[in-house]
Amino acid sequence: MKKIISMTVLNRPGVLNRITNLFSKRNYNIESISVGLTEQEGVSRITCVIHVESDREAEQITKQLNKQIDILKVTDISDQAIVARELALIKVLTTPQTRNELYALIEPFRAAVIDISKDSLVIQITGESDKIEAFIELIKPYGIKELARTGTTAFPRGTQKPVNPQKTYSIV
Amino acid sequence: MLQQAAMAESKAKTEMVTGADLLLEALEKEKVEVIFGYPGGAVLPIYDKLYDSKILHVLPRHEQGGIHAAEGYARISGKPGVVIATSGPGATNIVTGLTDAMMDSLPLVVFTGQVPTNVIGSDAFQEADVLGITTPITKYNYQVRRIEDIPRIVKEAFFIATSGRPGPVLIDIPKDIAATVSKPPEEQEIKLPGYQPTVQPNYLQIRKLSEAVSRAKKPVILAGAGVLLGQASSELKEYAEQQQLPVIHTLLGLGGFPADHQLFVGMAGMHGCYASNMGLSECDLLINIGARFDDRLTGNLQFFAPHATVAHIDIDPAEIGKNVPTAIPVVADAKEALKELIKQNGKPPAHSEWLEQIHKWQEEYPYHYGESDTLKPQKVLEMLYEKTAGDAIVVTDVGQHQMWAAQYYQFKKANRWVTSGGLGTMGFGLPASIGAQLADPERCVIAVLGDGGFQMSTQELTVIKELNLPIKIAIFNNLSLGMVRQWQEIFYDKRYSHSKIPIQPSFVKLAEAYGIKGYEINTAEEAEVLFEEVLNSREPVLLDIRIDPDENVYPMIAPGKGLHEMVGVKP
Ligand SMILES: Cc1ncc(C[n+]2csc(CCOP(=O)(O)OP(=O)(O)O)c2C)c(N)n1
Ligand SMILES: [Mg+2]
Repeated sequence: MKKIISMTVLNRPGVLNRITNLFSKRNYNIESISVGLTEQEGVSRITCVIHVESDREAEQITKQLNKQIDILKVTDISDQAIVARELALIKVLTTPQTRNELYALIEPFRAAVIDISKDSLVIQITGESDKIEAFIELIKPYGIKELARTGTTAFPRGTQKPVNPQKTYSIV
Repeated sequence: MLQQAAMAESKAKTEMVTGADLLLEALEKEKVEVIFGYPGGAVLPIYDKLYDSKILHVLPRHEQGGIHAAEGYARISGKPGVVIATSGPGATNIVTGLTDAMMDSLPLVVFTGQVPTNVIGSDAFQEADVLGITTPITKYNYQVRRIEDIPRIVKEAFFIATSGRPGPVLIDIPKDIAATVSKPPEEQEIKLPGYQPTVQPNYLQIRKLSEAVSRAKKPVILAGAGVLLGQASSELKEYAEQQQLPVIHTLLGLGGFPADHQLFVGMAGMHGCYASNMGLSECDLLINIGARFDDRLTGNLQFFAPHATVAHIDIDPAEIGKNVPTAIPVVADAKEALKELIKQNGKPPAHSEWLEQIHKWQEEYPYHYGESDTLKPQKVLEMLYEKTAGDAIVVTDVGQHQMWAAQYYQFKKANRWVTSGGLGTMGFGLPASIGAQLADPERCVIAVLGDGGFQMSTQELTVIKELNLPIKIAIFNNLSLGMVRQWQEIFYDKRYSHSKIPIQPSFVKLAEAYGIKGYEINTAEEAEVLFEEVLNSREPVLLDIRIDPDENVYPMIAPGKGLHEMVGVKP
């Protein structure tokens, strides 16, 4: 199953190395990792999307991350109400015939064309990973020349729906 | 006027300090008594200051020996071991020791020199990416970027190394930073907002555990190194006695609970005793205190403690539930948790049948070995135990001799046992015994070594001679890499691939070459006489003990098997 781990870290040298090191040392399967500054000076937010076999494995990952001295807070936000976004840039081949078709696809996904050349377009799309994947599938037949995805970044919504019961972890 | 200005200037000059000055000052503030270090280009500015320092500096003859000595010192003294190595090869030579200390939770503060800041990243002479190399094998590491950070970084390093779950912390110091002259910096506070180890147990969990104990029919305590690191052995004894709980030890926990106590069961695990392994297999409540359920202890997890409710007290939350699902987690320092448990003063369990059962197992299936013409290693260890009244510090290397020492030397007190458990590092024993003797100078220290492992650290004999440390070096010589030979005998059809080492130097002459007395021992009678003579002497002695080369360690649990599937339980 997929889990989204959100953490705040001290912006010290080598902190990203510590985290990726931990993932490889413990043989954790990581799908994406995104890093950026936060509103607090010297603090960055890192969002990891990981694949785990069980909740126990996810809990172990969270604990191992928590042990890192530069990591301030780790939360598994997979089961919370969250806002999660990813950005992708897609360079797709075009011919005069396909160009209009592509525009028709871009529209409902609220994607944008940000560069045009004689035989290609660059499309920018943001959204949850599922949406981006669906869009990529749709575009594939036209011939994707290049693709760059940022990985998910996320945090909990301002209000949490009470219907979504918080997962109970052992109280450690 | 002119004169005044000159005076002011000279005063400012005398007040100027270098990075190396700040470093030594910080070490003195931490009350460091001994440094295990080896000089080289990148640490020359530090060594120049050490020339005038009052701190004892021990020069191992290999950096790996230095860091193992620091581990032995830390294990016995409870204080952090301090190591200095130069950049590049000096730093890479301590990698094994860092990993060993990380696995066995030993507090170390390690300084490495680094090439000057302006050439870092240029593949300069003796440059190595020490931060990159050591990130996964240290609790934390630093590279000093500004001279004024040195006092704070050193303070933080000692705090991190010794608090929570102890471990090695490394500080990489570029040469220019050690040499730079600056005004004394302003005092900086420790800044570790992401590091707050939980020491006090959660009250509700303590109550839950206490109730579980009262209800249990077949309870056991499994005590690991956390009891020793947390200096909780007297609390463990008090609690076990209050609740009449039998105590099983891990390899690294030995000495946490007195081996001659009627509640002591024995060591568990791959070469543990029958009663302990059966105790774990049949218990209905397993209280793990400061052990990490290592695979050498649990055997195949599928069969581990199948009937037990598991409670786990550990200062490292990540250890709880890592290998074994845990019903009652208690994140806390072992001492604090035990104090709270004692305070609960719960109703002791009604489990007299269980205690009887355990005693029956102990009586029926003790450790055993055959008698023969050749000298049996187990016999030698029994003799060492008796001659030292069980109060020596035993330091081992890794292999068969290590397991025999764990089985046959009955530790009655804490801080008498130094062994490389998690990493199983050959070459550890001899240098570690140096650190142990420095930590407890009056006590008899016996280095129980294999002929293989001794040859991985032989050069440290010089240090023993130089400091005239009265270490008793007992080489259990079976002319083989015995533990490997044993596995090849049992699992590889007696195909002894590269595990026999009959060609050896004369260890006795080797000792003499180092200025240390050496004796060969071939029989129990010779051992009897010599032990009597040398164990109380105040000088180093090397004993080349020729043991039965075919002897194996039993009982044994084959890899992949459960604790209940021991072989070699009966003669
Ligand atoms: C550095 C290192 N290399 C290899 C091993 C694998 N190993 C474990 S025990 C052993 C044999 C040790 O032989 P010796 O020191 O003579 O001890 P004995 O088992 O004979 O008592 C070996 C090679 C190890 N533990 N550490
Ligand atoms: Mg041997």
